[in-house]
Amino acid sequence: MTTQILTARMEAHPSDSHTIERYLDTGGYATLKKTVASSKREDIVEQVKASNIRGRGGAGFPMGMKWGFLAASDPKYLVVNADESEPGTFKDRQLLERDPHQLIEGIAIASFALGVNRAFVYIRGEYSKPARRLQRAVEEAHEAGYLGENIAGSGFSLDVTVHLGAGAYICGEETALLNSIEGRRGEPRLKPPFPAVEGLYARPTIVNNVESLSNVPWIVANGGEAYAAIGPERSAGTRMFSLSGHVKKPGNYEIVMGMSWRDLIYGIGGGIRDDNELKTWIPGGASSPWLIPEHLDTAITIDGVVEFGTMLGSGAVVVMDETTDVVAAAHSIVRFFAHESCGQCTPCREGTKWLQDILERIMAGNGRPEDVDLLLDVSDNISPGLVWPPAMTTICPLGPSATAPIISITKYFLDEVNAAIEGRQAAVV
Amino acid sequence: MRSMPPSKEGRQPLSDTKNAPEMVNITINGIQHEAVAGERVIIAAEKAGEYIPRFCHHPKLDPVGKCRQCLVEVEGPRGKQLLPSCAIYVTDGMVIDTQSDVVKKAQKGVLEYLLINHPLDCPVCDKAGECPLQDQTMTHGPGESRFVEAKRKFKKPIPVSDLVLLDRERCILCDRCVRVADQIAGDPLITFNERGNQTQILTFPNEPFASYFSGNTVQVCPVGALTSTDYRFRARPWDLEITPTVSLRDTVHSNAEINTSRGRVIRVYGATNDHVNDGWLSDKDRFSFGAINSDERVTTPLRKTGTGFEEITWADAIDTVSARLGAMIGTEVGSIGGANNTNEEAYALSKFMRTVIGSPHVDAQLGDGFEPQLAAAVIPRAKIDDIDAATTILVWGPDLKERLPVLYLRVRKAVRNGANLVVVAPTRTGLDAIATHVIRYRAGSGQDVIRKLANADKSMTAILETLAEGPVVTLFGRTSIAEDPRLAESVAAYGRTLDGAKLMPLLQRANVFGALDMGLAPNLLPGRISTTDTDASSHIEETWGPLPDALGRDTAAMLSGAVSGDIRALILVGADPVRDFPDPQAAEKALEEAEFVVAIDAFVTDSSRHADIILPAALWSEVEGTVTNLEGRVQVVGAALPPKGQARSVIGMLNDIATSMGAELTSFDVSVVSKEIATVAPAYQGITRDGIVFTSSGAGIVVPSQEAEIIVEMAPRYASMAPDAVPTEASGSAVIVPAQGTQPLGYIPTDQAVPMVTDRYTLHYAPAMYDDGVITRHAPSIADLVRDPTVGLNPRDASILAVANGSIVVVDGSVELPVRIDEAVPEGSVVLPFNHAATKGLQAVPAVTVEPIRDES
Repeated sequence: MTTQILTARMEAHPSDSHTIERYLDTGGYATLKKTVASSKREDIVEQVKASNIRGRGGAGFPMGMKWGFLAASDPKYLVVNADESEPGTFKDRQLLERDPHQLIEGIAIASFALGVNRAFVYIRGEYSKPARRLQRAVEEAHEAGYLGENIAGSGFSLDVTVHLGAGAYICGEETALLNSIEGRRGEPRLKPPFPAVEGLYARPTIVNNVESLSNVPWIVANGGEAYAAIGPERSAGTRMFSLSGHVKKPGNYEIVMGMSWRDLIYGIGGGIRDDNELKTWIPGGASSPWLIPEHLDTAITIDGVVEFGTMLGSGAVVVMDETTDVVAAAHSIVRFFAHESCGQCTPCREGTKWLQDILERIMAGNGRPEDVDLLLDVSDNISPGLVWPPAMTTICPLGPSATAPIISITKYFLDEVNAAIEGRQAAVV
Repeated sequence: MRSMPPSKEGRQPLSDTKNAPEMVNITINGIQHEAVAGERVIIAAEKAGEYIPRFCHHPKLDPVGKCRQCLVEVEGPRGKQLLPSCAIYVTDGMVIDTQSDVVKKAQKGVLEYLLINHPLDCPVCDKAGECPLQDQTMTHGPGESRFVEAKRKFKKPIPVSDLVLLDRERCILCDRCVRVADQIAGDPLITFNERGNQTQILTFPNEPFASYFSGNTVQVCPVGALTSTDYRFRARPWDLEITPTVSLRDTVHSNAEINTSRGRVIRVYGATNDHVNDGWLSDKDRFSFGAINSDERVTTPLRKTGTGFEEITWADAIDTVSARLGAMIGTEVGSIGGANNTNEEAYALSKFMRTVIGSPHVDAQLGDGFEPQLAAAVIPRAKIDDIDAATTILVWGPDLKERLPVLYLRVRKAVRNGANLVVVAPTRTGLDAIATHVIRYRAGSGQDVIRKLANADKSMTAILETLAEGPVVTLFGRTSIAEDPRLAESVAAYGRTLDGAKLMPLLQRANVFGALDMGLAPNLLPGRISTTDTDASSHIEETWGPLPDALGRDTAAMLSGAVSGDIRALILVGADPVRDFPDPQAAEKALEEAEFVVAIDAFVTDSSRHADIILPAALWSEVEGTVTNLEGRVQVVGAALPPKGQARSVIGMLNDIATSMGAELTSFDVSVVSKEIATVAPAYQGITRDGIVFTSSGAGIVVPSQEAEIIVEMAPRYASMAPDAVPTEASGSAVIVPAQGTQPLGYIPTDQAVPMVTDRYTLHYAPAMYDDGVITRHAPSIADLVRDPTVGLNPRDASILAVANGSIVVVDGSVELPVRIDEAVPEGSVVLPFNHAATKGLQAVPAVTVEPIRDES
């Protein structure tokens, strides 16, 4: 908990950590200057590979390996995924709002390493303050010579375009995001081709998350090995968690992975509101299946939670206490995914809405005994086998995400679901 | 820079290409198969006998993998994975399972999903009986629905175009219509709207789905979501009788099927012949059939009276015609037309005129085409498939989108697959948006462009670099009826000099190429024989008897002969020279002056109303026979119905007239006439209707099929034509539009440019797809789609004339129309719609006056 990479500056200088003056004053852009002046591109990529950092957007794909897939042909693009829309996730917002230059330096170093001269930041449409802050920071960086032509006299040039989304969760999916930048409907593309081969405007493109790139200046300044040494082996580095729900101290916390869920929820989070009983929690955003108190003393690692059929995802931990109606909670999430489905592929378009309809019917007191099996089979037709990581009949993982709460409530709270179906008072206080 | 996204799959290998596709081994359901590398798995599986259910997959459209019906399991590094077989491609060693429990469950699940919100109103749905959703539910689907919730509701139906209605409740969002409109037609005017469960197909606000190809969306729709206004609720598919045929709305001869029910044509559908139309039709091909059922058809023979026409019997009509014609010397009789008929009918007419009447005056063209030998026997002649294989395509002729729309689709497809395209025309054409280079020139000054190309003028450097990338297919024809037909000859001559040259002549009327091949031209005999070729004509005389010695007159000479008295009788065969001949007044005068006029026609037209006798003619769908398209492909048209009323095939009526005149013409049996053609006409040697039906697997046969050298001998004049033989009376100058997407540079005056005369504008006078043609006018579905006419003027000329958009001007002192100011009109030119009710009577002269109407008040 003492290691702070991403949030040190904003914690030390809460009033002006977003300004270029404060950023420079605290050593900012030194790594970029040094990098463009004297580093070899391949060495930077090697440092990132050595850091073992895994993507912080949700999928947890090793960032260095992704960089290695980038096709050689020019022009290529770097796209920063700042479309943070997963319910419960608000970490990138803080990084954008409070330390935009850290991200810009990360973008610039990454672009240098990847041979990119044009980067795009696709930022969630509702994030108006972060977008303003970032836009201002891009302008400041331009004026100071850290972006634009011939950065720090190195001959390396980079332009950064800040692009606002328009309120579609699906545009956080990297290929839907690319379509959106191109002015098309926000629909995920068929893969292959992957963006690293054919991405934005059909050019080789790397799409990285805000938090992932914000780590890059530290990694390059301190070396990949130093980063890899933080935390467990396959969950290296610190990580931002957005803690919300029925905890006493909700908020964003930068932690070193490997700590237990109990330490996060009861330690950092201060425990459950009103000292109620913990019922369940969502470990990695609305897309992730839930955990229950028996998992409290397990370690928070990217691979570890897979054992329990879930993921760390975007680092959104939503805590629910004993007063929670799990059917209503599941419905809230399913409704979200049904609403956000892009509608292009059948199982997601039809299946998510069907799940929503069934849950609403149950909540209205019209449940039928066969509804549990129906919920599970409708889910199974979106995500065959209901396994983790999910299999898909869909184009992208949005549809399977909607099955996460169904899986969770039927696995851990079947009695409560049946009670709701039978019209009995749910077993909650 | 092009606005069109390239095809995702690139150029498809042609079956006759030298580069045979690479074959690889794949395993489907445990059995090894050979498959074409890079082919979609769904297609490879189908070839191997494994039909995978599907909705969004269409072999002519880029895959989207949206419906998820075709999911299969493919073995990969991380085990078996469910993948859409329409969107993955065969690689060596691929292991595919189309039958596993996981696959079966996924497919069944998808079908259930598609059905939960589908109205299941099959009993009142036009698609029922030919519906992929219905069929696949039968074979793969669940028997019962577990869906007890409320179904999705939309207002329905809503019109998406003048011809197409949309029922969003039936729609399964397969994206086929959107892709057809975007990828095939280039009209991206319909799209997905909203999202999730509310996703629906819609047009853009205030932008109707105005596409010449909208009917194809109805045909590719896998459910009853898209219906055409003229077929809705008219029939059930199992009641339809289907007659294979080709469309005769232009010279492409797109393959089609005629659907009849209870003695009426009620639908025309595209049929797939990849050598011709890929299954697509233009809306004109598809929605013109209303004219067949028109109450205004001439259904009995008519005789002119003082006040109009009276119905007479066929016997009376035949007697009158034979008596009147028999009383004249052969060379006093001429026949105009025949392009709307089958080869057999055209042959009968050609033989009737030359042997029974003894006249060489026959012409299937109406002064609106070009030199018949060039049209019939240009070498080396391009097939439609050659457009696919070309590196560069040069189009210098009619606006393909308006006049030969399915050929326009073919050129689009080639460009989408990477071909270069150079478009030369006086004004904007439908292809400009996807062209590599566009050359615009002042109407009438095309020879100047040729001279610059042939002399490698500096202004042409970039274009010449493109034209140097062969093989080059040149599509040539008249850009406008006011254009000198010799320009087309020059374009052909220039096209011949290009690398890997192949040439495609662009005439537009129905079976005009077949008519020319049957000798319906003053200087041609059946089988592309020149009348001056004594060896070949003596072969024809063996069957026909002696041919007339005199030189034949073309339509213009026949019409002038009728005025001077040299021609006493005219036979109009489905021809309307008053509307189609460049000088309508001259045509009308000729018909008034001629002693005797017979019109073989289905309607009383501006021309046939001058006839002494009208013989009711059968129309397309009522006669069978063969026809020949613009590449020389002979295909079969079918008779779906008996001719309306007492209408008849031309063969029958000419046989009767011949008999009445004491002569013998030919058989009444189309198959026998076809065999006679195969004997008499060299280029058609061995090509019979029955042979095509039984041997060509529906593809037709391109003539000449065996002796290609016939053509070489046939057209010495063009074989020797070099660029320096190009006529030189050009004037004006070219405008080069560097690339699409940018504004034209504007008129560039050069020292060769003729001085602008302020009161004369060179005329560009071309019809749009929906014109005032007799069939279009009588087809209710499309008759109202004729665009409002305008006078297109360049902004500079408009400012000189002090007119604005919408100002009324008088053209040539006769036609009053509103002005449309358009950068794409060259300076000094004026653009008018030909064959439009508003320009009726305006002569197609090289230059016209344009005068603003001054407000006198």
